[in-house]
Amino acid sequence: MNIIIAGCGGVGSTLAEQLTAENHEITVIDNNSKNLQNVVSQFDVMGVLGNSTSYVVQMEAGIDKADLLIAVTDHDEINMLTCLIAKKAGNCQTIARVRSPQYFTEIDFIRDELGLSMAVNPEFAAAQEISRLLQIPSALEVDTFAKGRVNLIKMEIPQNSELDQLMLADFSQKIGIDTLICIVERDKDVFIPGGDFVLHTGDKIYVTMQMSVLNDFLNKIGLKEKQIKKVMIAGGGNMGYYLGRILTEAHMQVKIIEKKEERCAELSELLPKAMIIHGNATDRQLILEEDLETTDALIAVTDIDEENILLALYANKVSNAKVITRINRLSFEDVLDNMPVGSTVTPKDITAEYIIRYVRSMQNSYGSNVETLYRMVDNRVEALEFHVDADAKVTKATLGELKIKKNTLICCISRDKHIIRPTGRDIIMAGDSVIVVTTNRGLNGIDEILS
Amino acid sequence: MNYRILVYTLGWILNFQALFLLLPCLVALVYQEPSGWNFLFTALVVSIIGIILTCKKPQNNQFHAREGFVLVAVSWILISLISAIPLCISGEVPNYIDALFEMVSGYTTTGASILTAVEELPKCMNFWRCFSNWIGGMGVIVFIVTILPMTGSNANMYLMRAESPGPSFGKLVPKLKKTASLLYIMYIVLTLTQLVLLLFGGLDFFESLCISTATAGTGGFGIRNDGFSGYSSYVQIVVTVFMFLFGVNFKFYFLIVMKKLKDAFLIEEVRWYAILYAVATILIAIDIFHLFGSVGESLKHSAFQVATVMTTTGFATTDFNQWPIFSQMIMLILMFVGACAGSTGGGMKISRFIIYIKSAQKEIACLLHPNSVKKIKMDDKVVDHETLRSANVYLIIYVLLVSASVLLVSLNGFDLITTVTSVIATFNNIGPGLGVVGPMGNYSSLSVLSKLVLIFDMLAGRLEIFPIVMLFFRDTWKR
Repeated sequence: MNIIIAGCGGVGSTLAEQLTAENHEITVIDNNSKNLQNVVSQFDVMGVLGNSTSYVVQMEAGIDKADLLIAVTDHDEINMLTCLIAKKAGNCQTIARVRSPQYFTEIDFIRDELGLSMAVNPEFAAAQEISRLLQIPSALEVDTFAKGRVNLIKMEIPQNSELDQLMLADFSQKIGIDTLICIVERDKDVFIPGGDFVLHTGDKIYVTMQMSVLNDFLNKIGLKEKQIKKVMIAGGGNMGYYLGRILTEAHMQVKIIEKKEERCAELSELLPKAMIIHGNATDRQLILEEDLETTDALIAVTDIDEENILLALYANKVSNAKVITRINRLSFEDVLDNMPVGSTVTPKDITAEYIIRYVRSMQNSYGSNVETLYRMVDNRVEALEFHVDADAKVTKATLGELKIKKNTLICCISRDKHIIRPTGRDIIMAGDSVIVVTTNRGLNGIDEILS
Repeated sequence: MNYRILVYTLGWILNFQALFLLLPCLVALVYQEPSGWNFLFTALVVSIIGIILTCKKPQNNQFHAREGFVLVAVSWILISLISAIPLCISGEVPNYIDALFEMVSGYTTTGASILTAVEELPKCMNFWRCFSNWIGGMGVIVFIVTILPMTGSNANMYLMRAESPGPSFGKLVPKLKKTASLLYIMYIVLTLTQLVLLLFGGLDFFESLCISTATAGTGGFGIRNDGFSGYSSYVQIVVTVFMFLFGVNFKFYFLIVMKKLKDAFLIEEVRWYAILYAVATILIAIDIFHLFGSVGESLKHSAFQVATVMTTTGFATTDFNQWPIFSQMIMLILMFVGACAGSTGGGMKISRFIIYIKSAQKEIACLLHPNSVKKIKMDDKVVDHETLRSANVYLIIYVLLVSASVLLVSLNGFDLITTVTSVIATFNNIGPGLGVVGPMGNYSSLSVLSKLVLIFDMLAGRLEIFPIVMLFFRDTWKR
C-alpha cells in the first residue's frame, strides 16, 4: 500500500521501519531536514521536506495515490489538520495521534467529524497496558484479546514450580486448568512449543487463559499473587495522568511525584483522589520519605529514560514493589532484558502495534480481519486475533485436517460468549474470533496460516 | 569495514558479469565467429569464482556508507578488469593495458578508444564494447539492485547513492527497487525507440543495436573507422536527438509519464540544459557556416557535435579539430559542463554548475550586504548545506586531480592542447578531445603510464570522484 507518514520522530520512524519491513511504499513528511535525512538514509522510504498541513506538500508526497495517511507529528492540532486536509486532497484513510487529555476525552466527536479512521493515544494505550499489569502483578506482560475475555500472560517459571521439568503433553493432566502455553522464551531462543517440549525453571512462558482461572493457575505453578494497593508513579506527564486516572478509578492509592509545581497543581485538580507530591523523583531522600520501601508498585514514567531505569533499579533494590519502567527513546532491549528493571513499556511500540494492526486489516479485504495484534520477544513473535468471515478457507475443515504452517499455533477460539481451547477435532466457524501465535510475521488474514 | 559482506556481494557481481559475458557469445553464435569462445571461457571462470564466493551468506550483514562506496568502486574496477580479458586473450588487443583502457572507457561511457581500425574487430567484440556503454550508462549496481535481493534495504540505498551521478540522489518512488527498475524501464524503452528509428534509416539490426546502446549510455563507441561521417543525414539526426534525450535527467521522463507535465518542465536543470544546448549550437553553426556553406549542413554538424560533447557521448560526424578556435573553445567549455544529473551523461553536471553560479551570486551579495541572509534554491527548494559543501569539495578535488593527471600525461611530450584535452575528455567521460586525441584520432599513441592515469580519471569521473578517491585512504580499509 502507499502510506504517508507525517512527522518522523520516535513513532514516525518506528512506523517507517516496521511498515517498510512489511513491504509498503512509504513516504515521510517532516519539516526538519535533519530528522528527515535520518529516516531516509536508514530505511527504504522517500522523504518530502515541508509542513504536512500544506496541500502542496501533501500533493508532492503523493496524497492523491495514497491509501493511508498517518499523522504523528509532535502537535495534536497539526495531526488533526493534516488528516483533515489529506481527507479532502486525496481519497485515503487517516490515522492521527492525539495525545492531549482534553482532546482525548472528546475523541469520538473529533474522529467522526474529521473523518479519522483511527485516533491513537500512545500514552493512554501505555497506561492501559500498565494497569493490566498491575492487576496481575506476577505477570511480566499482559495482552488481551476478544474484548478482554482472553488474556495472553507472560510469566517466569519460579523455583520449585510444578512446571519445572514438565513435558507439555502431560500439562493438562497435571495442572488440570484450561490454559495453553503458546510461547516459551529461553535465554535467546523463542519456541512455539509442541507436545514434546519440556519446561525448565526460569523459562518465560506466555499463557492464554480466561481471567476466572488465573488465580488457580498462579497458585498451582507456585507464583504468589498479592493484590496491589499502593502505587507510586514517578513523573506526572500525560502518561502519569492517564495512569493516575485509571488506577484511582480502580480504587488504588496513587502517589504521583512530579517535578514542576504548576503541573502538580494541575494534576491535583484533575485527580482529586490521588496524592500529588512536588519534587524530583530521582531524589533518594524524597522517595524514601514517601515510602518507596513499602509501596506495592513503582511506575517510572518520567520523560527521561535514564532516570526511569535508575529509579527502577533502585526500587528493585530497596523494596519488593512491582516495577514498571517506561522506555521511550533508548533501544537497548537486549541489555535491559538482563537488568532488574521489571516490565518495560514503550509507548511508541504500542502505537506502532495499533497502527500496523490497522494497516494489516486494511490490506486484507476478504476472509478475515486482524482485530488485534501484539508483538512480543523483540518483535520475533506475533499474536494476532482474526475475525473470521464466511468465505475463509479455514472454515472448511477441522483443525486436525488443516495444514497449518510451522511455528504457528491456534491458541484460542472465541465463539459468541464461549472461549474454546481448540483441539484437532474443532472447526473454525464464520463469526469466530481466532487467536493465533506465530513466528511467521506479517500475516494479513487467517487463511495465511495455511501452508 | 565488513570484508565478508563485501566479498559476498562482489561474488554476486561476478555472477552477473558472467551472465553479461554470455551476450557476446550469443552474437558470436549468430555470426559464427570463433572469438566467441573467449567470452564463454571467461564467463565460465568468472561464474565459478562467483558461485564459490556466494555459496555462504555472511552472518554479519552490517552495511554502511563506507561499504557502499568501496563496493561500488571495487566492483567497477573488477568488472572492467574482467571484461578486458576476452579482448586480450583473443589476440585482438594483445596488450592487456590497452584492453583494460578500452573496457574502462566503455563502462565509464567515455568512448575513448585505443583501436585504430574497429571495423576489423569481430562483431561480438564490437557488441561487447557497445554493450559496456549501455550497462555503464545507467550503472551496473543499479542494474543489480533491481534484480538482486540484497542484504538489507539500507545497503541498496548506499550503493545507489554512491553510483548515481549528480550532487544529490533522489528517489522517484518510495521503494528503491522500484525506482531502479523504473529507471531501467525508461532506459530500455528509449533505447528500443532509437533502435527502431535507426532500422527505418536502413541500417542493419546489428549496427542499429550497437549505435543505440552506445548512444543510450552516452558512451560513444562507434563501429566504423570514420565515426559517424559516413552515415546518412537521417541517422545522424536521429542520433543527435537521442544523445540529447539521454542527457536529460530521467526524473523529467518520469514526471511526464506520471502526467505531471508542468512539474517536468519546471526542472531548472533541464531548462538550462536545453538553453545551453540551443545557444551553443547556434553560436557554433554561425561560426562554422563558412566551412559547410549551407545553413542546414552547419546546423546539423553543430547540433551533432554539441550534443556529443555536452552529453559526453563522443561520436563525431566531422573533425572539429579543423573548426575555428572560437567553436573549439565552446566545445572545450561544454566538456566541463556535461549533461544533467540523473542522466546517463558525464561531466560535472548542469545542476552542479547551477549551484556554483548561485553560490557565487550569494557570496557577492553577502559582500555587498554583509548581514543579508540568503538560501540557495533549486527547483524552488532550498539546497541544503550538505549538498553545497559536497559540491564545493567535488570541485576542489576535481581541479586537483585534473591538474595532477595533466602533469603526468605531459610526460608523453605531446602538445599542450592534446595533453590537456586528453585528460578533460577522459575525466568527463566524453572520449575524443582535441589535437592528437581528436575525433578522428585515438589514444593508442599514449604511453602505458598515461593510459593508466587516464583509466583512473575515467573511473573517477564516472563515479563522481569520491568512491574512487576513498580507496586511497587507509582509514577506509580498517576493520
